[in-house]
Amino acid sequence: MQIFELSFVAAVLLAATPILYAALAGAISAQVGVFNIALEGQMLWGAFAAVAGSYYTGSAWGGVLVALLSTALFAVILAVGSARWKADPIIIAIGTNLLALGLTGFLLRVLFDVSGSFSPRGLEGLPKMAFLADVPVIGPIFAGQTLLVPLAFVVIVAVGLWLKATPAGLRLRGVGEHPEAAASLGVNVPSFQMWATIVGGALCGIAGAQLALGNVTVFTENMTAGRGWIAVAAVMLVAGRPLWLPLACLGFGAAEALGFRLQGIGAPQQLTDAAPYAITLVVLVLTRIRFARSRKVSV
Amino acid sequence: MTSPSAAAVTGEPSAPAVELVGIGKRFGAVVANDGVDLVLRRGSVHAVMGENGAGKSTLMSMLFGLLKPDSGEIRVDGAPVQFDGPLDAIAAGLGMVHQHFRLFDSMTVADNVVYGAEPTKGGLIDRRAAAARVRELSERYGLETEPTAVVGSLSAGARQRVEILKALHRDARILILDEPTAVLTPSEVTSLFTVIRRAADAGTTVVLVTHKIHEVLAVSDEVTVLRDGRVTGRFATSEATSASLVHAMTGREIDEVRNPGTGTPGAVALEVEHVTVGDPRTPAVHDVSLAVHRGEIVGVAGVSGNGQHELVAAVLGTVQASSGRIRLLGEEVGSRSVRDRRAAGLAVIPEDRRGEGTAVTLSVAENVTLGHHRTAPIGASKGLRRGWMSIRAERARARELIADYDVRTSGEQQPIGALSGGNAQKVVIARELSHGAPVLIAEQPTQGVDVGAIESIHQRLLDYRAGGGAVLLVSHEISELLALADRILVMYSGRVVAEFTAAEATTARIGAAMAGAAEAAPAPDAAAAVAPAPTDTPAPEPETDRTP
Repeated sequence: MQIFELSFVAAVLLAATPILYAALAGAISAQVGVFNIALEGQMLWGAFAAVAGSYYTGSAWGGVLVALLSTALFAVILAVGSARWKADPIIIAIGTNLLALGLTGFLLRVLFDVSGSFSPRGLEGLPKMAFLADVPVIGPIFAGQTLLVPLAFVVIVAVGLWLKATPAGLRLRGVGEHPEAAASLGVNVPSFQMWATIVGGALCGIAGAQLALGNVTVFTENMTAGRGWIAVAAVMLVAGRPLWLPLACLGFGAAEALGFRLQGIGAPQQLTDAAPYAITLVVLVLTRIRFARSRKVSV
Repeated sequence: MTSPSAAAVTGEPSAPAVELVGIGKRFGAVVANDGVDLVLRRGSVHAVMGENGAGKSTLMSMLFGLLKPDSGEIRVDGAPVQFDGPLDAIAAGLGMVHQHFRLFDSMTVADNVVYGAEPTKGGLIDRRAAAARVRELSERYGLETEPTAVVGSLSAGARQRVEILKALHRDARILILDEPTAVLTPSEVTSLFTVIRRAADAGTTVVLVTHKIHEVLAVSDEVTVLRDGRVTGRFATSEATSASLVHAMTGREIDEVRNPGTGTPGAVALEVEHVTVGDPRTPAVHDVSLAVHRGEIVGVAGVSGNGQHELVAAVLGTVQASSGRIRLLGEEVGSRSVRDRRAAGLAVIPEDRRGEGTAVTLSVAENVTLGHHRTAPIGASKGLRRGWMSIRAERARARELIADYDVRTSGEQQPIGALSGGNAQKVVIARELSHGAPVLIAEQPTQGVDVGAIESIHQRLLDYRAGGGAVLLVSHEISELLALADRILVMYSGRVVAEFTAAEATTARIGAAMAGAAEAAPAPDAAAAVAPAPTDTPAPEPETDRTP
């Protein structure tokens, strides 16, 4: 019985981790006042780059590095376009989301001469932490996971502390809250916005790498399947308090994991596949209602 | 070139901290500043006065590096400077407190003060040092504050102190205060003036940008008056009078419009009974009752944000009162739509002229029509023309009102957004008063309007009263209420905390009630009875908390 419960916890963590990295990227963007809906496309690019990187370097960690760097580069489109050239970040994000979908499918054909999915023999996935297998409680949860899973929580806490305790973190928060005030005190607002978006790209690259080399070892077209959008929902849910992100993402992870379970006991796949999105919708509506109620009358 | 006129004023050779010489600035065809000379003596309080659009803000923006002058020279401590941005100005020892605060609401006082110039220890913000710095500065200048308080929870006065501390933390020696009293209660104004004096005595040069004459007379050492971008007066404050300042500001004498207090109020026209707005646990308006009679102006005083705006919204119907009754000419309208209430005889001059009062991209004529587009002569409620408007009737009507209300515009087809604040407001007032609605709600009707237009708007309100209209006048300017209202209610924290007849009302008593004093005690001494601006020359308000 306990094994079943712990394996469910493991499944929740596995499902939540890519969303968590992407949501952290979105939260950092939100802190500098950029509403980042490019997470889906960046994560998809990250997944492709991770598989391609692992294939060419022969090392899964090589794949992670390629994903991290190339997705940061991919995010430069959004970063420079919105912060430097003052274009609408929503429009650019929609463009880059479409670009990622089309470009990954195109490169799949050009580079690997396949369509749909790419999983060559010998493709290195990320190693699991099998050495933990014998540790009670921890073992069943983490032994089958990659290092990127616990790392996600470390990164979130580190970013939270950095935002709170360092001058740069303080300035970054101020940029999002009141850009004119920040600028009037000598803070380079576009520069903060640009770098926050680029770092967010790197995090989305890790999200994609975990998805394509950790959760599974394959790249399939549009394999992010809306996880980037769920991350956007998580960002809106926690409304600028990044330390609440793990809770929100674990909730979405639980919904996905629960979907798999229900499928296992015979629930129709279409229904269980829809579970995370349905839950996202319900949660957003509920928080919106709560927000509207708690809000003071403003006319 | 030095400025001989300033030397003549001060009569002493004290070195100037800042000199602006022959400053010129134009925006397209508009000349904002034209050959402006301004000399700020070290350790003095220098008031820069002028009506809206006189060029004060442009001049200060250039001094603080936000704009670049087209011509002229800025000298700090005698040396010419070129500011490429506010950072250069800060580095040169200037600090500016903007009228609209630039604070981070979610952060603490200390974080706001040190933001951008943080003390650090081992790469992290040294919050203990930051708090100590805030305490040290607040003690030295008498700026009471709590370093760990979250700024969003503070009053306007406390937020302003944070802004001043921000400048002082960066070692500002020249402090520019832009309309600093606009959001303060009278007692907060008094303590601000104390801080200003203290800073000046400690050697800080203070520039006070304002259009309020009594403040200039109360706290400054010298005054420079601007009109149409030019200097029209320089005074040592000790030699200035309100008459001379008004004359320099407007180029003419202003006859102050006052409520004659004649006539007896008629029947009740607007009745608000036990109205609460918002969540009953933290209501914006809490159990407010009031009545406005025909031929009466009832004033509502209060610091902005104490429920006045929500009360107006509830009467207008843009927000639903959570309990209570609202009667218009005896009819219960509490659950009716805005359109029904207006049709029943309600006219409104909204506070937010550009957002609510006008549609800025539409023409003057279209703005005059808004809300009256369904009725003759412009619209038609039945027959073939129903659903159509007569553009000819609209323009004719607009031309008539433009002439009647003396609106300065290039024509009825000019977009209203291109008009000055005063002229746009005249259009709003023309629209609201020209349809014979018996009840008028006027919220801040002269905000952002220059002295000349204020006079004409006040006269319109009094004419409307004389014609049997009922007016609910919400204003943050006590002098405006004293000049116009038959009765004055004071709102604090969503409640009506005091009511005065015109005879009982004084600035001091209203001010005490605005600050939330449990009861505005009677003021038997003549000293408390301060005459209304702009002809008043009051000393700083008596301490409100001394009243029993």
